[in-house]
Amino acid sequence: MTILTQEQTKHICDRALSFSKADECSVAVTGSRNGNIRFARNQVSTAGLADDTSISVTVAFGKRQGTAVINEFDDKSLEKVVRRAEDLARLAPENPEFMPAVAKQDYKASQTFSAKTAAIDPDFRAQTAAYAIEACKKNKLVAAGFFTDGTSFSSVANSNGVYGHQEQTGLDFTCTVRTEDGRGSGWVKRSATDANRFDAREAADVAIEKALRSVDAKALEPGRYTVILEPAATSELLGYMLFGFDARQTDEGRSFLSKKGGASRLGDKLFDQQVNIWADPWNPDVPVLPWDTDNLIARKRMDLIKDGRVNALNYSQYWARKKGVQPTATPGNIIMAGTDKSTAELIASTKKGVLVTRTWYIRMVDPQSVLLTGLTRDGTFYIENGKIKYPIKNFRFNESPVTMLNNIEEIGKPVVIGGDEVPFQMLIPPMKVRDFNFTSLSDAV
Amino acid sequence: MERRTFLKIGAGTAGALLVPVFGNAIAAEELLNPLALSFKKSLADTAMDAAKKAGATYCDVRIGRYLNQYITTRDLNVENVTNTESTGVGVRVIAAGAYGFAATNSLSPDAVAGAARQAVAIAKANARLQTEPVRLAPVKGVGEVAWATPIKRDWRTVPVKDKADMLIAANQAGLAAGASFMTANLFQVNQQKYFASTDGSYIDQDIHRLWAPTNATAVDKATGKFRSRAGLAPPVGMGYEYFDARPEHKVRAAGGVTTLYNGGYDIVEEAKNAGRQAREKLKAKSVDPGKYDLVLAPENLFLTIHESVGHPTELDRVLGYEANYAGTSFCTLDKWESRKFNFGSTIVNFTGDKTAPGSLGAVGYDDEGVPAKRWDIIKGGILVNYQATRDQAHIIGEQESHGCSYADSWSNVQFQRMPNVSLGAGKQKLTPDEMVKDVKKGIYILGRGSYSIDQQRYNFQFGGQLYYEIRDGKIGQMLEDVAYQSNTQDFWNACTAICDERDWRMGGSFFDGKGQPSQVSAVSHGTPTTRFNGINVINTGRKIG
Repeated sequence: MTILTQEQTKHICDRALSFSKADECSVAVTGSRNGNIRFARNQVSTAGLADDTSISVTVAFGKRQGTAVINEFDDKSLEKVVRRAEDLARLAPENPEFMPAVAKQDYKASQTFSAKTAAIDPDFRAQTAAYAIEACKKNKLVAAGFFTDGTSFSSVANSNGVYGHQEQTGLDFTCTVRTEDGRGSGWVKRSATDANRFDAREAADVAIEKALRSVDAKALEPGRYTVILEPAATSELLGYMLFGFDARQTDEGRSFLSKKGGASRLGDKLFDQQVNIWADPWNPDVPVLPWDTDNLIARKRMDLIKDGRVNALNYSQYWARKKGVQPTATPGNIIMAGTDKSTAELIASTKKGVLVTRTWYIRMVDPQSVLLTGLTRDGTFYIENGKIKYPIKNFRFNESPVTMLNNIEEIGKPVVIGGDEVPFQMLIPPMKVRDFNFTSLSDAV
Repeated sequence: MERRTFLKIGAGTAGALLVPVFGNAIAAEELLNPLALSFKKSLADTAMDAAKKAGATYCDVRIGRYLNQYITTRDLNVENVTNTESTGVGVRVIAAGAYGFAATNSLSPDAVAGAARQAVAIAKANARLQTEPVRLAPVKGVGEVAWATPIKRDWRTVPVKDKADMLIAANQAGLAAGASFMTANLFQVNQQKYFASTDGSYIDQDIHRLWAPTNATAVDKATGKFRSRAGLAPPVGMGYEYFDARPEHKVRAAGGVTTLYNGGYDIVEEAKNAGRQAREKLKAKSVDPGKYDLVLAPENLFLTIHESVGHPTELDRVLGYEANYAGTSFCTLDKWESRKFNFGSTIVNFTGDKTAPGSLGAVGYDDEGVPAKRWDIIKGGILVNYQATRDQAHIIGEQESHGCSYADSWSNVQFQRMPNVSLGAGKQKLTPDEMVKDVKKGIYILGRGSYSIDQQRYNFQFGGQLYYEIRDGKIGQMLEDVAYQSNTQDFWNACTAICDERDWRMGGSFFDGKGQPSQVSAVSHGTPTTRFNGINVINTGRKIG
């Protein structure tokens, strides 16, 4: 597959729109090329390359909507996919919450493409795996990891004159390093749009150091501790919480942002003063498409939490119309304000505490309070008098990110971290948080 | 790991529905056009010939046509109807002792032969990094055979309107019974899988699965409190006859607290109970934390089995192949070799199974052409075996594979996936009501709720949908804010009673994620209502703001 140019996709979009006999028509032409390499037990286990290109056509007759997809782009195929969408729309039940296609939007381009990332080849991938494997073998350690990179394009258009085209690249690397006897385990994750910002050696060395330092973990009593949470320890927690920043759910009384009496917490100071979280498609560290792929609304900077206050909620087109406000584009990234302090500096200022590398298997326990449970993994250490004293056994936590963001003592320098189970690119600082609630011990290494 | 990403339905705050959509959206009538058998055989032979000519010592070909229809509804609205189709060919080879895999979405002989040659080239490249050649346990070629999920009514022939009407009727029933909001969805899967290998097998399979998850949410605007109650009926490997529930499919829960289903599902009746119980949960008593004897209904215990027994006995996890993602396992080879590792109490018996009728994991043959079978994993409380594929059997001294190979698509390589892992019924006659009679201080838990377990499967915490206090042998008031937390080995050793086979039924996971890139699979877990003594229960109620 080739990555189609703007000129090519514009032509395809125009042709497809011209075939439509429906009240309105929206099209999306997308294509991607994703490569990966997986390794375990100090050997490459699988390597793959997958290409995909398709056009998706959505049409509406009144409040009846239909969507069809095809992966060929000649006129005959384009007409076929439009007719198929029209047939489906005629058969579809009327959707009382149907919203018409958006009016022409102004999409300001974001820098989501890197030529260096697009040029990644099997050798680059193999070399990434090889460095981790060789360094682990030297240290009598066992590496398992996954490197994946992708180049893609996205073109969108509708019968109201909307048109946008942009190319994207991205890479993601995770590596777990274990001691041969299974008593120590370390981990690292790196994400980037631009491969110039990725260093496989630096990444593997972090996992190796954590593995070596985590051997012979001591058991600490579960309880409330001051913790230093590295970005991979909080990214999923924040992601869960931000799913709740939805106006409809809040107004319907089923979000943690709903209040008794039917009001919402919009405007309330729910978090520590230091907490500022926003979305910005043009952020150079975590650039994302300048439109919401679901509704084609142009993304803007959106301040979700400002100086600890709930500042904005997501409004779908339907709910916005019902409430007489402007609809929002769903954020593609999450950025949290930080300082220039490194994680090491946060450790240095800690009398007693716990350093958490990452959290894992996080699930909602109670959406009313966003109480989440999960475990620490791959590098949990006890800190005393500003120094890492010794590795400790992993904990299970039961904690709400709302409480966590109220108990912030200190914030460090934000780093890029890709979502695992949440669909955001994130730029999040390490945080020092008091009274983090560890509820039981785990024997897992 | 039960992946949350794939399906996020009515968790309360989370409204968005993220459905795994593979392939292209197509019109409903196109779902019924099959690929001709002779065409598939010829295509497979083309691939195998090309692979052998290129130097493969073994080749298997999977020609897949994967059809899905997803219907989502919210309150009285149909939100979405999606039909998808994905068709293509995956070729796996062994050359120079290493695996190679390549796939194409083109069904032309040239493209398929090209994929076969590409797979051989990849195998040869991988062989340079391989320290030990792949060893496949023998499997006898079965010639040209066919297997199909035994169904009475094909979901593909049921009009979309009838299905949408059924879901809306369920939502209406839930709303009338007390819910403020309802969702009801229907996931329908048909996998047409053709497998051929150089061992001499040409296996044509037609697999059907269904799942209709519902969710009722009740809101008390005056207090600002909200509670949800998700549906209790399992996903199944059955036809659409699943929704024609007859009286014999209905199971009275202990104490008559609700109605459960086995082999047939009355979705409207269940939604009505869900609406009423969601409302009731708003006023339920918050649990006092402490040790309780737990009486766990199959509708809750199946997921605990999945996480604490199914995953740790996957041999690839034990060996370290999943270390970077889902993790490793506490069920290490030395524990298995000792034949003394007390995984659970002596009444605990688990089998791996690919045959149970109506289960999500039932097939005639796995994705390596191995006939479906059933075997012991935990026997009399002792760890005696794992789940293995052809290339793993020799590691545990087995002469043949357990038939645990699966790929979620023609475009992904097959690997070891969990079969149905089920708890054997108790040998003594025992009903759930009789079980409750012996409990002094306990909690009866139904439904799947919050779930989390560590990467080696020691420490877990599970919630449910419905919790009832048990005092002096009687089921009492509804409880809330309950989660049980334990260690896998401690938990299964605290298993003191298992109801008999009359109460045995399956729950299931429709979207179980594993591997990188992640693949999903569907698997059932059978169990009767079971008792665990002295388990730690925590209170999960919190106040914010």
